[in-house]
Amino acid sequence: MGLVLLLVIWLITFISAYFFIAKTWWLPTGASAAAAGIDHHFTTTYILMGIVFVAAQVFLGLFAWKYRDRAAASPARYSHGNNTLEIVWTVLTLILFVGLNLMSSSIWASERFRPAEPGALQVEVTGMQFAWYFRYTGADGKFGATKPELIDPSAGGESAIGLDTTDPASKDDVVTGTMYAPVNREVDVILRAHDVIHSFFVPSMRFKQDAVPGLAIHMHFTPITAGDYEIACAELCGLGHYKMHGMLKVVSQEEFDKWLTAREAEKQ
Amino acid sequence: MASYTPTVSIDDPRTSTGGNGVLPPAWGGSGDNFGSPFFDVRLRRARLGLVVGLTGIAMIFISFTSAYVVRQGLPTLDPRTNVLLHDWFPVPLPRLLLINTGVLLISSVTMELARRQAARKAALAQLAAVPGVWADADERVSWLALSAVLGLSFLVGQWMAWRELGANGFHVSSSPSSSFVYLLTGMHGVHLFGGVVALLTAGVASMLRRPADSQSIVVDVTGWYWHFMAFLWVYILCLLEFVH
Amino acid sequence: MADGTGGRETIMATREIAAHEIHAHAAPQGFIRKWVFSLDHKVIGLQYYFLALTAVFVGMFLSLLMRIHLIWPNVPLPLLGEIKPETYLSLLTMHGTIMVFFVLTTAPQGGFGNYFLPIQIGAADMAFPVLNMLSFWITFIGYIVMLSAFLVVGGAPLHGWTGYPPLSALQSAGPGEGAGADLWVISIALFCVGALMSALNFITTTLDMRAKGMSMMRMPLTCWAWFITAILGLLAFGVLFSAGILLLLDRNAGTSFFVPLVVVNGQLAAHKGGSPLLWQHLFWFFGHPEVYIAILPAMGLCSQLVSVFSRKPIFGYKAMVYAILSIGLLGFMVWGHHMFMSGMSPYTAFAFSVMTMAIGVPSAIKTFNWLGTLWGGRIRFYSPMLFAIGFVSLFVSGGISGPFLAQPVLDIPLHDTYFVTGHFHLIMGVASIFGIFAATYYWFPKMFGRMMSESLARWHFWFTFIGTYAIFMPMHYLGMAGATRRYSQFTELAYLRDLIPLQKFITYAAIVTIAGQFIFLFNLFWSMKYGKKANDNPWEATTLEWTTATPPPHDNFGGRTPVVYNGPYEYSVPGAPRDYVMQTDPTTVAAH
Repeated sequence: MGLVLLLVIWLITFISAYFFIAKTWWLPTGASAAAAGIDHHFTTTYILMGIVFVAAQVFLGLFAWKYRDRAAASPARYSHGNNTLEIVWTVLTLILFVGLNLMSSSIWASERFRPAEPGALQVEVTGMQFAWYFRYTGADGKFGATKPELIDPSAGGESAIGLDTTDPASKDDVVTGTMYAPVNREVDVILRAHDVIHSFFVPSMRFKQDAVPGLAIHMHFTPITAGDYEIACAELCGLGHYKMHGMLKVVSQEEFDKWLTAREAEKQ
Repeated sequence: MASYTPTVSIDDPRTSTGGNGVLPPAWGGSGDNFGSPFFDVRLRRARLGLVVGLTGIAMIFISFTSAYVVRQGLPTLDPRTNVLLHDWFPVPLPRLLLINTGVLLISSVTMELARRQAARKAALAQLAAVPGVWADADERVSWLALSAVLGLSFLVGQWMAWRELGANGFHVSSSPSSSFVYLLTGMHGVHLFGGVVALLTAGVASMLRRPADSQSIVVDVTGWYWHFMAFLWVYILCLLEFVH
Repeated sequence: MADGTGGRETIMATREIAAHEIHAHAAPQGFIRKWVFSLDHKVIGLQYYFLALTAVFVGMFLSLLMRIHLIWPNVPLPLLGEIKPETYLSLLTMHGTIMVFFVLTTAPQGGFGNYFLPIQIGAADMAFPVLNMLSFWITFIGYIVMLSAFLVVGGAPLHGWTGYPPLSALQSAGPGEGAGADLWVISIALFCVGALMSALNFITTTLDMRAKGMSMMRMPLTCWAWFITAILGLLAFGVLFSAGILLLLDRNAGTSFFVPLVVVNGQLAAHKGGSPLLWQHLFWFFGHPEVYIAILPAMGLCSQLVSVFSRKPIFGYKAMVYAILSIGLLGFMVWGHHMFMSGMSPYTAFAFSVMTMAIGVPSAIKTFNWLGTLWGGRIRFYSPMLFAIGFVSLFVSGGISGPFLAQPVLDIPLHDTYFVTGHFHLIMGVASIFGIFAATYYWFPKMFGRMMSESLARWHFWFTFIGTYAIFMPMHYLGMAGATRRYSQFTELAYLRDLIPLQKFITYAAIVTIAGQFIFLFNLFWSMKYGKKANDNPWEATTLEWTTATPPPHDNFGGRTPVVYNGPYEYSVPGAPRDYVMQTDPTTVAAH
C-alpha cells in the first residue's frame, strides 16, 4: 500500500507539473505594457511554488513508502519534534512568502498607485445586464451628462447609458458596443455599472476591474499590440452573465481617428 | 444506565458561602445541571457561558456600528451630476428615549437587587429543613417582578418612540440615518425582550417552587445579561446622538 | 484555568460522594427524549452528522447537474428538462451555500466535535445540553428553509453563495431573487444563531470541563481545533447575521444599506446611497474565518491520525498549537484578499496581501510537522490513515495556489476564474471532506461498535483521491487561460470555446467520482448492521475516547471520572510495555 501511495502521489504530481511546465493551457499572450511585468512575476511565483509543491508531494509519497510498518522495520522514533527545525523552516517560509509579496507589490504600486497619464485616452465603460457600452468624449474632451431616468437599455447606444442629449457636451460623445483603442497609448478607463456589479476583464491585457453601481472607478492600461481581444464579464451579474461579452479592437492611431470620425459623422 | 454510580474524588475548595464548611450537592431535577452537582461550579460555568455568549452578541452590534460609521462617511455618486455627495442627515431623536433610558437604568438597579435576593434565597434554602429557622425573611419586594415590569415598560416606551418617529416622517426607509435608528433600537429591543422572557421564566419557576439554587443561577446570569443590555443601550444612544 | 490540574485551584477539601445520593445524567427513556430531543451530545452529534450527510448528497447532485449542463447546455435531462442559464446559477448558488454551511461547517464541528470533544477531555457531556439540543434543531430548521427555496415561485436564488448586492438585494435583478432569495437569507440567519449557540457550548466546555490532569497542553489537537474553530465561529457568525439582517431590510423594507441608485431593465429602483462594498466587507469578514472553520477540525484530525497510525508522537505539538492559534488570529485580518478587484483602495489591498502571505506560514508549519510525524514512523495503512495522507497531499495542492491569489498583481488575471474555483475546492471541497471521511472511518467503531469494511474503504479512497485530483487540478489550467467562473455555458466567447475539451474531461471525472461516493454510503449503512464487531480500542490509540466502552455509555465513562497522566501522543515510548500509552495510564508516565 505504501508503494501504491508513493506511485499514485508521484504520478499525480508529475502529470500536474507537466501541464504547468508545458503550458498546454496558459495565460493568453500579453498585449499590454503591464503584461510583461505581471507575467514575469507569475513565472517567478509558479517556479518557486512549483518546487515547493513537487518537493512536498515527493516527500509525502516517499515517507508513506519508506516508513511503512513491516516486520523488518525498526521501532518508530520517539520524538516530540525539533525546535531548531521548526524555527528554520518557519523563517524560510516567511522569507519566501514575504519576498514574493514584496516583489509583486512593486508592480502593483507602479500600476495602481498612480492615476492615468495626462494624455491618456478617456473611455467610459458602462456595464449593465447584459452588455458593455463604451463612450468616447469626442473633440471637446468632456463627457456629457447622463440621467438615470433616461436609461433605456432596449434602445441601445446613447439611450442605453442614459445620455442627456440636451447637454451640449453630449453632442460629440460617441457611444458604441465595441471598444476601440489606439496602440501604444494609455487608456484611462472609467468603469461604471447601472444595476448590479459587473467586472471588466480583458485577459490579453491582464486587465480586470469590477464595475460597481454608485462608483466611477478609474483604471488604466496601455495596449502595445494591435489586434482583437475578447472582453468577458468577471462578476456574477444575473442570468446573462455568460453572454455579457464585448470586443476590444486595438488599432493604429490613424485607424482609430478614422473610426472615431466616422462614428461622430453618423451622429449628425 | 438509570443512575450515576461513581465513587468520585473531587477537589473543590470553595463554596458559595465563603469557605466555611461544605455544602451538600444540590441537584436540579432531570436535564440541565451543567454537568456538576456543585452549585458554585454550575454558577461559574453559567457565567462563563454568558461571557462567551455576550461576545457573540457584541459582534453583531460591532458589525452594525461599523456599517453605521461607513455609511455615514460614504459619498455616493449622483448619476445626474456625476458628483460625489454625502446624504447623511442625522435624525432628531425623540426625548422619550431619554425617559426610556432612565427606566432601563433603574431596571438595572432593581435587577441587581433581584440577583442578590435570589442568591440569598438559594443560600437560605439550604437551611429550610432546619426547624426554627426563618428562611424567607426578605420576601417583601420581588425585585425580579419589578425588573420584568420595568423591562416591559422600556420596550413599550421604545415602541412609542418609534410611533413618534414615524409621525415625524422618519420611517425605516426614509433615510440612511433613520434606517439605522430603527435597526439599532430594534435589535436591542429584541435582545432585551429575550432577557424579559428569562426573567418571567425565573419568576414562574419560583412560583412553582423549583429549587432555589437553579433559579438563582438563572437570575444571576440574566442579571449580568441585563446590565450588558443597559450598557449596550447607552452605547447605542450615544452612537446615534453623538457620532457624526 | 490552563494549569495542570484541570482547572481547579489548590486542594482545600476533598469530597467523597456516595453513589446513591446522586442522580446525575439519568439516561432518558422513550423514543422522543432519547433520539429526537435528546440532550446527549453523542446523539446530537449524530443528528448533525446525518444532516450533513443528506446535505452533501444534495450538494453533490446539484454539482452533477451543473457539470452536465456546462458541456451539454441544450440537452434536456430526464425529469428536469432543459436547464436554463438562470437555473444553472440557482444550482450553483445552492450548491455552494449547502456545502459550505450544512456540510463543512456542520459535520466536522457539530457532528464529530459534539460527539468527541466532551469524551476526549474527560467530561460527561457538553456544558449546556439543552442549548446543544436547541442549536441542532435551529440548524435543522435552517436547512429545511434553505431547501424550500427550490419550491417557491421563481425558485432558488441565483446570486452565488457570496450573495453580492445589488444582485441579491433587488427582487427584479433576476429570477429566483424574489421569495427564494428571502428564504436563503432567513436560512443563513437561522444557521448563524445555531452556530453561535454551538460555539458557546464548545468554548465553555473546553475551558471549564476538562478532567483532572487534562491541561490545555495535554489536549488532543482535535480538541484544540474544535476550540479555536468555535472561537472563530463566535466572532464571525454575528457579523454574517448582521449582514443578513441588513440585506433582508434592503430587500423588503426599502432601506439602502447596500444599494446605490440603480436602474434595472430601464426601471429606476427605489434605493440610493448604499454601498455594495459594505456587504463585501461584512460578508468576507465572516467569510474568511469561515473557511478556516471549515478546515481546522480536519487539520486537527489529520494530526491525530498521522500520529496514531505512524505510532509516533505528533512532531512539534507546541508548534502545532501555535500554528492553530496563528491561523485563527490571522484569519480575521485577511478578508480583503477576496476584494482586490472590487474597487477597494489599492493601498488597503497591499495591506491585506501582506497578512495573507503571512497566514501561509502557519499552514506550512503544520504540513512540515505532518511530514515530520511520518518520518521515522511505522505506518499502518488503515482507511483513516489513507484519508489522512490524502488530506496532506490535497492540502498541499490546494494551499500552493493560495500564494498566487494572495498577490494582487497576480489576482488581476486570476480573480473570478476557475483558478479560484480549483483552489478552494481542493482545500474545502476535497481536503476538508477527506477530514470528514477520515473521521468517519476512524470513529465509526467507537460510535457504532462495528468496523467499516476496509476493502470498500480502499475502493472509496482511490476513487475519490484520484477522481478529485482529476476534477480540480485542471481547473487551475482553465483559470490561467482566462476561463471565468459562474458561467452557465462556454459557447459565447471564442477563447472559452477552445477550453471546452478540458471542461468535458472535468465533467467525466466528476461523474465517475460522484458515483464512487455511493461506495462510502453503502459501506456506512451496511457496516452499522453487518460490520465486524469492534473492541474498545481497535486502532490502539491513546486518547480518552478509547478508554471507554464501545459505544460509550450515556455519561461517557460509566460512572468514572477519568484522571489524565500523559499527553495524547505517547506512541513508541522507549521502555513502555506496548507501543502506546493511554492518557489515563499512570504507570508509564512519559515526558508530558
